[in-house]
Amino acid sequence: MTTEVDPRVFALETKAISKSFGAVRAVDDLSISIFSEWITCIVGPNGSGKSTLINLLSGMLPIDEGIVIIDTVGIRVLRAHETPEHGITRTFQEVRLFDQISVWDNIMVGLTERRLFPSLLERTKSRHEAKAEEILRSVGMWEKRDAMAGDLSYGQRKLLEIGRVMALDVKIYLFDEPFAGLFPRMLERVKAILKEMRQQKRTIIFVSHNMDIVRELSDHIFVLDSGALLAVGEVDEVLGRSDVIDAYLGH
Amino acid sequence: MALSSHAISNLVRRTRDFTERPRFAKGNVELWANLLIISWAAAFMLWQGVGFAITVSTVFAIWAILAVSLNLVVGYTGLLSVGHIGFFGIGAYAMAILSSDASYEQLRTEAIPTFGWPFFAALPISVVLAGLVAVVVGVAFNRFRDDIYVLVSFGFAVIAFNLFLNWRPLTRGAFGIHEIARPEIGGWTLSGPFEFLVLALVFLGIVVLISWFIVTSSFGRVLRAIREDEQAIEVFGYQTAHYKLAIWVISAMMAGLAGALFGSWTSFIDPNSFVLLESILLVSIVILGGLATIWGSILGAMAFVMLEEGMRFLPFLPPEFIGQARQVVLGILLVLLMLFRPQGLVGRFRL
Repeated sequence: MTTEVDPRVFALETKAISKSFGAVRAVDDLSISIFSEWITCIVGPNGSGKSTLINLLSGMLPIDEGIVIIDTVGIRVLRAHETPEHGITRTFQEVRLFDQISVWDNIMVGLTERRLFPSLLERTKSRHEAKAEEILRSVGMWEKRDAMAGDLSYGQRKLLEIGRVMALDVKIYLFDEPFAGLFPRMLERVKAILKEMRQQKRTIIFVSHNMDIVRELSDHIFVLDSGALLAVGEVDEVLGRSDVIDAYLGH
Repeated sequence: MALSSHAISNLVRRTRDFTERPRFAKGNVELWANLLIISWAAAFMLWQGVGFAITVSTVFAIWAILAVSLNLVVGYTGLLSVGHIGFFGIGAYAMAILSSDASYEQLRTEAIPTFGWPFFAALPISVVLAGLVAVVVGVAFNRFRDDIYVLVSFGFAVIAFNLFLNWRPLTRGAFGIHEIARPEIGGWTLSGPFEFLVLALVFLGIVVLISWFIVTSSFGRVLRAIREDEQAIEVFGYQTAHYKLAIWVISAMMAGLAGALFGSWTSFIDPNSFVLLESILLVSIVILGGLATIWGSILGAMAFVMLEEGMRFLPFLPPEFIGQARQVVLGILLVLLMLFRPQGLVGRFRL
């Protein structure tokens, strides 16, 4: 390999971020650093704060304390509609598509004009169409383009949601359980997509409970427990640690 | 007990079979709805003669402007507003105050400010005024959604009505405002009902064109996405509050236009035309025609006006009950529609 990834480049860092829901500290003083162009996995038992972390990083929940550093820029208040500008997008644990519009339009909203008045004047552009076709073909949904997103099967919905974020040309992708509930064939497809995105030099952060996939895909792993960082490092080493095994199986 | 529950579930299944069976007619409901309503309207007008046709068509044009504009908010953006009649009233009152005949008005018991402007000068002001009020209301409403939205828009309709009724130095309350100006183009007054109908249809055409332009643009696609999942579309970099406010104001301005036309057409308005019930009828028209379809709203308005006028000719119905009867019939229609065709006559979407 001639092009070695420099492991010291951080795409995203959090500095002592916290989030509480009432008395529960879902994310507790958490500082993590995500390497650029790597696939990073976040694991942890249920309720360990994985989804809350994703929600914080995508601006869907306000951060109580701490800051997020994206591309060396410190951000205290991350708003959802500003995340693509910062180079972040996400998928949801429970697939959230635009059900009563077509598969095609689900992709198109990721491509079209964001500003209010220009979007009023914008009609469909051929470069958008070409990109949408490319994405739909790469996730294998081209034949389904005229179907309503709500009429798709679970696996297809999962794929479409991944296709939808591919429409955004950003650096950091957060995938909240992209493999949950998928049949083996679909699973392979999603794995291939993630690997492909890694090749395109995207930074990927994903949450999963499937340890085989975690081992296969991850370059780096964070283990959360009760909102705090339990372990971090190279996959096999971290997953072999006794305290990590305890967190998963112990209690 | 076991037997009866079995029987009931059997019955339910059979009813379901029955509703699903006529597949040959399934795709044609839209076609039949179109044919039925349009031919009904045409036959009715032919039977009743030109004068009736002109009146009914003018009423239709005004309702259609309202329905199409409300559909932008309710159908496309998913904000179920029952306050639309408020903007209709603001347009009508602005037109009335700006254009009513000053000499006539000051003869009456209570003096109100009158300006005696011509119709076409008062019209843009009425539209802009409705828009300005919508900006203020919209900013306040933007944080709400779903059922809460219904409640706050309900509140707006009630407040608007009470202002029309009680702000007497401006609206003369229940006495209403008379002698509202007729449209005039270069000295030629559109005094005849036919000329006014043409004007109303031209404005309907403009509203439909603008709406069509909006819903087929990228902006329109974002509105639909907001309807489906507002949080998710925000993650894609859209500031949904701005989009919701923009469509709300555009829609309110169209309603203001309809109100101004209505005021000029009747030449007299009082608060009774702007009660909450009218707003709910309007929502019914939008749902009847179909959410997120412009043609559906036009068809819905046509069906509604025909239904209303058609009741006058029911031999067993005393004239004083017509108003109530149309509500009953529309209510029953809505319940049937929600049961058997929740997407409306020509729509594809559900609430």
